[in-house]
Amino acid sequence: MTPALGGFAVAGDAAPAWDRAMTDVMSALRSAFTTVPERTASRAQRRTWLDTFDWRLYRAGLRLEYVAGELRLAGAASASAASAASATGATTADGAALTRQHVTGWRPARPRLAESLPPGPVRDRIIRLASPRALLPVATVSSTVTVTRLLNDDGKTVARLLTTRASVAGADLPPRLSVAEVRGYPGQARKAARIVALATGVSPAVGDGFAEILGALGRHPGDYSNKVDAEITAHMPAGRAAAVVLLRLLDTLEANVDGVLADIDTEFLHDLRVSVRRTRSALKLLGDVLGDSVPGEPGRRYHDEFKWLGDLTTPTRDLDVHLLGFGAMAAGLAAARPADLEPFRAFLARRRARERRALARGLRSARFRVLTEDWRKTLLEARDAGVRRRAERRTAAGLAADRTGRAFRRVVRQGAAITGSSPDESLHDLRKRCKELRYVLEFFAPLHQPAAYGKVVGDLKRLQDCLGEFQDTHVQIEEIRALAGAMLAEGAVPAATLLAMGETMAGLASRQRAARAEFEQRFAAFAGPGGRRRMSVLLAPAAGDPE
Amino acid sequence: MRVYATYNIKGGVGKTTAAVNLAHLAAQDGLRTLLWDLDPQGAASFMFRVKPRVKGGGRALIRGSRTLDDAIKGTDFDGLDLIPADFTYRNMDLLLGGARKPTHRLARLLAPLAASCDAVFLDCPPSISLVSENVMHAADVLIVPLIPTTLSVRTLDQLTGFVARFDGHRPRILAFLSMADRRKKLHREMTQELSTERAVVSPTTIPALSVIERMSVERAPVTVFAPRSQAARAYRSLWSDLRALEPVAPPAGGPGGKRGGQSTLVQ
Repeated sequence: MTPALGGFAVAGDAAPAWDRAMTDVMSALRSAFTTVPERTASRAQRRTWLDTFDWRLYRAGLRLEYVAGELRLAGAASASAASAASATGATTADGAALTRQHVTGWRPARPRLAESLPPGPVRDRIIRLASPRALLPVATVSSTVTVTRLLNDDGKTVARLLTTRASVAGADLPPRLSVAEVRGYPGQARKAARIVALATGVSPAVGDGFAEILGALGRHPGDYSNKVDAEITAHMPAGRAAAVVLLRLLDTLEANVDGVLADIDTEFLHDLRVSVRRTRSALKLLGDVLGDSVPGEPGRRYHDEFKWLGDLTTPTRDLDVHLLGFGAMAAGLAAARPADLEPFRAFLARRRARERRALARGLRSARFRVLTEDWRKTLLEARDAGVRRRAERRTAAGLAADRTGRAFRRVVRQGAAITGSSPDESLHDLRKRCKELRYVLEFFAPLHQPAAYGKVVGDLKRLQDCLGEFQDTHVQIEEIRALAGAMLAEGAVPAATLLAMGETMAGLASRQRAARAEFEQRFAAFAGPGGRRRMSVLLAPAAGDPE
Repeated sequence: MRVYATYNIKGGVGKTTAAVNLAHLAAQDGLRTLLWDLDPQGAASFMFRVKPRVKGGGRALIRGSRTLDDAIKGTDFDGLDLIPADFTYRNMDLLLGGARKPTHRLARLLAPLAASCDAVFLDCPPSISLVSENVMHAADVLIVPLIPTTLSVRTLDQLTGFVARFDGHRPRILAFLSMADRRKKLHREMTQELSTERAVVSPTTIPALSVIERMSVERAPVTVFAPRSQAARAYRSLWSDLRALEPVAPPAGGPGGKRGGQSTLVQ
C-alpha cells in the first residue's frame, strides 16, 4: 500500500461534527465502492520525526521519519532520487519522493550522528547535508489508523480510506482522513478522494500536520538557527536595537549549552563559540549605545567574562577541528599510510575527552550561570531603557551605517598596509577585523537591501576564506607540533606516526603558502573601487530612512 | 532479491496454489514480494482478483517497450504485488525467440526490480518451452511440486540432470510432494521414500485438501482465509524450508557469475 493520496480534516472540533462528516463520507463512498473494514485491527503506530538541531533537513525541504524499524525520507529530492522513488511508486501524500531504509537497533529517542547511519539510500541522500550533526527526535506522535477497504465489482481492494487519530505529548490532535492508493489503481484512489472532498464538513487538510504537532509541543519548524536574525527595524532606537541583537546572541548561546554538555555533536560547541565571539564583537562595536549599564566598569567585566568563556571552549573546539578533518588529512598522505596516523587519532580523542570534562565543569559553574543571568538582566534593562528614551536621536539604521562604515574602513586601512614582507601577525589581525565587519553586517542584516547585502558579504566571505585558510593552517601546524611533543612525553609513539604527522604538517604549510599568495588578489577584489562602491550602495540611506 | 519459480512440466500439480500461498507468506514476513503470473490461464491473477490483462500484452513486456514496473498491480495484501497474466502470454515462446539472448530475456527484465523487491515468485505455465528455460535461468530456486507417482520422480530426475548441465548460474531445486493423499498406499510409499532419499525433496508435504481447492472460490490464499488449517500450516513449513536454503553459490568467474550455460531444453 502506497502512502496517502490526500489528507482531509473536518471543520469544527466537536465529536458530533466529526460523526456527521463520517456518516456522509461513508454513504458517498458506498455509492461507488463496496466498503469493508480492513482484515487486521486498527494499527497503532509511533512516528518520530528526526532532524538536526538546526533543522538542516527541514530547511532543505526534507522530512525524515522513523517508523517501526524503517527510516522514511520525504521531500524535494534530487532529480535522480525522485525518479528512482517514483519508479518504485514511493511517493507521499503531496507527491514528494519517498526514500526508505530499514535500520536495526535504532532508538529514535536517542540522538545519533548522521555519519553513524548504516549504508543505504536514506543515508546517501542526507549525509552531506546533515554531517557532522546528529539526528535528534523532533517530535514523537502516537497514532491509531483505522482502515476501510474500498472494493471494485470483483471484490478487489482498489483504494483504502484511512482514519488517523493521533496524539503528541498526551494532547490529541484533530483526526484526519486520507485515501491511500493501491498500486496500479491510481484512478480509483483519485475517484475516492474526490468523493471524500465533496462530503459535508470535509476540507483538504493543510500540510501533513507537522506544524500542528510542533504547535502542540510549543514549537515551530525552524525554531533554531545560528543566524543572528534579530527582530530590529530601521527606526528603532540604537540602544534598543543593540540590546535586541545581544539578547538574540545570548538566546543562541544558551540554546547550545545542553547539547555541549551532552556532547551530542560538535556543532553545538561551534555555535556556542560563534555566539560568544559575536557577543564580544558587539560589546566592542556597539557597547557604547547600551545606555549606562555597559560602558565603563560593567562593560569591562563582561568583556573579561566573555573572553574567559571563549577561552574555555577553545581547546575542545581545536581538537574537534582536528578530528573532523582527520579523514581528509589521512587521505591526503602521499608517503605515509593512513593507518600510521591512527595513534595520533587515539591521542586526539583522549585529549578531547579530558578537555571536554574541563569545558563541562566551566559551563556548569556558578561563574557561567551568574554571567548569563546578569548579562540577560543588563540587556533587558538596556532594551527597555531604549523604549523609555524614545527621544534619543540615533536610530538602528544610523548606528548600522556608522559602525559598518567604521569597521569597513578599518579593514581597508589594515589590509592596504600589508605587503609581501609583512609578518604573519598582520594577516591574523586583519582576519579579526574582517570578522568584526562580518558580524556587524550580520547584526544589522534585516535593515539592509538584500541584493546589496549579498554582494558585500560575498566579497567579504571570499577574503575571509583566504585569511581563514592562512590562519587555520598556521594554528594546526603549531598544534601538531605541540601534540607531537606531548605524545613523545607520554612515550611509546611509533616513528611511523611522527613521520605521518610531519607529512601532514608539510601539507598544511603548502596550503598556508598558497593562501598567502592568494591574499593580494582577494583583498583587491574586496577593497578595490568595485568593492568600495558596493559598500557605499549598501550604506547609502534609502528614501524615507531616518538620518 | 531472490527469485523463486514454481515449475513442473505437468499441469494441475499445485504450482499456482504454492506460488500464491508462498508469496503471501513471504510478504507476511516483511519481504517486498512480487508474483508474476506467467500462465496465460491467469489462475494466480484470478485468486488475487486482478484482471488478467497487461497493457500492450506480453509483447510490450518482452520487448521492453513497457517496463515490468509499469505492469505491477497491488494485491489486497501489504507488501505483495502482482504482474498479472495476459492471454497473449500463450505466444511468449515466439516473443522470446525473437529477442537477443532468448534464454535469458526474463532474467534481464527482472534485474531492475532488485532495488524494490526482496522476493519474486514466477508462476510458470506447464510446459517444456523457451519460457521454462528462461525461468530456470532467472530463478535462484525452482520449486517443483510432485504428485507422488513414479513418473513424477522420472521428471524430477530429468530436470535435475538438465539444470546440472548449466555452465553458469544454476538454480537450486526444492521439490515437494503435492496433493498427497494418505488414503492411497502408493502416495504413502512414495512420500516416505522420496522425502528421505532425495536431498532435493523437502520434508514438507502439501496434502490434497479441499480447503486448497476452495482458494478459487474464496479468491485468496489459504493462509488468509484459513490461516490455522492444516494446509496453511503445510505451506508455512514449506516456506520455512525455502528460507533455510543457502543462497546460490556464485559460479567460478566472479560474483553473480554469468547466468546461463550451453544446455538447451528446447531443440
